[in-house]
Amino acid sequence: MSELLETVGRTRDVELFEQLFRHFAPRVKAYMARTGSAAAAEELMQETMVAVWKKSALYDRSKGAASTWIFTIARNLRIDAFRREKHPEFDENDPAFVPEAAPAADAAMENVQSVEALKAALDTLPADQVEVLRLAYFEDRSQSDIAAALSVPLGTVKSRMRLAVAKLRSALGGDTA
Amino acid sequence: MMPRHHVDDDLLLSYAAGSLAEGWSLAVSTHLALCPECRARLAAAEAAGGALLEAMAPMPVAADAWASVRDRLGSSVPAEDRRRPAQAVIPSPLRDYIGGDVETIRWKAIGTAGAQLRIKTSDGTTQVRLLKIPAGQPVPEHGHRGRELTVVLSGAFSDGAAVFARGDIEDADEEVQHTPTATPGADCICLAVTDAPLRFRSWLVRAVQPLLGI
Repeated sequence: MSELLETVGRTRDVELFEQLFRHFAPRVKAYMARTGSAAAAEELMQETMVAVWKKSALYDRSKGAASTWIFTIARNLRIDAFRREKHPEFDENDPAFVPEAAPAADAAMENVQSVEALKAALDTLPADQVEVLRLAYFEDRSQSDIAAALSVPLGTVKSRMRLAVAKLRSALGGDTA
Repeated sequence: MMPRHHVDDDLLLSYAAGSLAEGWSLAVSTHLALCPECRARLAAAEAAGGALLEAMAPMPVAADAWASVRDRLGSSVPAEDRRRPAQAVIPSPLRDYIGGDVETIRWKAIGTAGAQLRIKTSDGTTQVRLLKIPAGQPVPEHGHRGRELTVVLSGAFSDGAAVFARGDIEDADEEVQHTPTATPGADCICLAVTDAPLRFRSWLVRAVQPLLGI
């Protein structure tokens, strides 16, 4: 899918984009439906897929999988639609931006493998960590909302999040510090 | 010099998930702009979002969904038309919220030492301010409830044995007794995000609040 998205960005091929649409649109709609009505989810899904097409030339496979990139676009549109807030993001071309010392080699190859590794790691997370991820990623719950919903202290929510991220990071081959 | 005080994983995860309020997210993204290490750490949390999206049970889309999306595609790629200065102290996106870099800020004095600029976001749960602390002075009016995130933009402050310089982020909650003080030599400019002042929940108290002056 990542190669397909990069090709769409380069060639602007509508037929190739339809393949991406068939795969991602029902998932993006399911994601939107977790916080909104079915009608709102359909509209936001269409908005997301149009944005994916329009921004596809900016997609760089070496920086992450297609599913990750599409997730961030869907997430930002959801925040805008349901909370009327922005998701502030850094700008790599900003004069004050501090670039990394040396770019990682063979990042594109690593990303292809890492999607599978990450899925496998998600499947092995303990149920209490999965629950916290679900509430944070799909239900737009803040840390204190999650603590209230699960009747656990705020510190417990934070530590479950930290444990989950550490495990996913080690699955991606990064350091676990 | 790279930052030495970083964003905790729980904040990175909430930021990546999109469930962190705009004010806190502004502090996180300001640190991220200045910290390659945390951007690399963010990648795992965003990739988790991608993997979770990929694993979602697909939901049927409207019968004409593809046709209506195809009609809206158009052929143009958005042009990169953002105007950026040649250099800046305050990184984007914070600079965009302020409307300019350090020299354009119209500071308002707080008490006898220090100055601030309130920054408006769309989220009602946080208070976002830029603080300027004179060299060698403590951070003014520092009683706070709940969480506080502070990102240094220029100069430095010390808090106990730790020194926070450009790009460093301090994450303090109300249990942490801390007395941040600007280091001698230069004024310290930092972004400070706190929980919004408590609003009274009762409509009756809210109604008489202006009369009582509280």
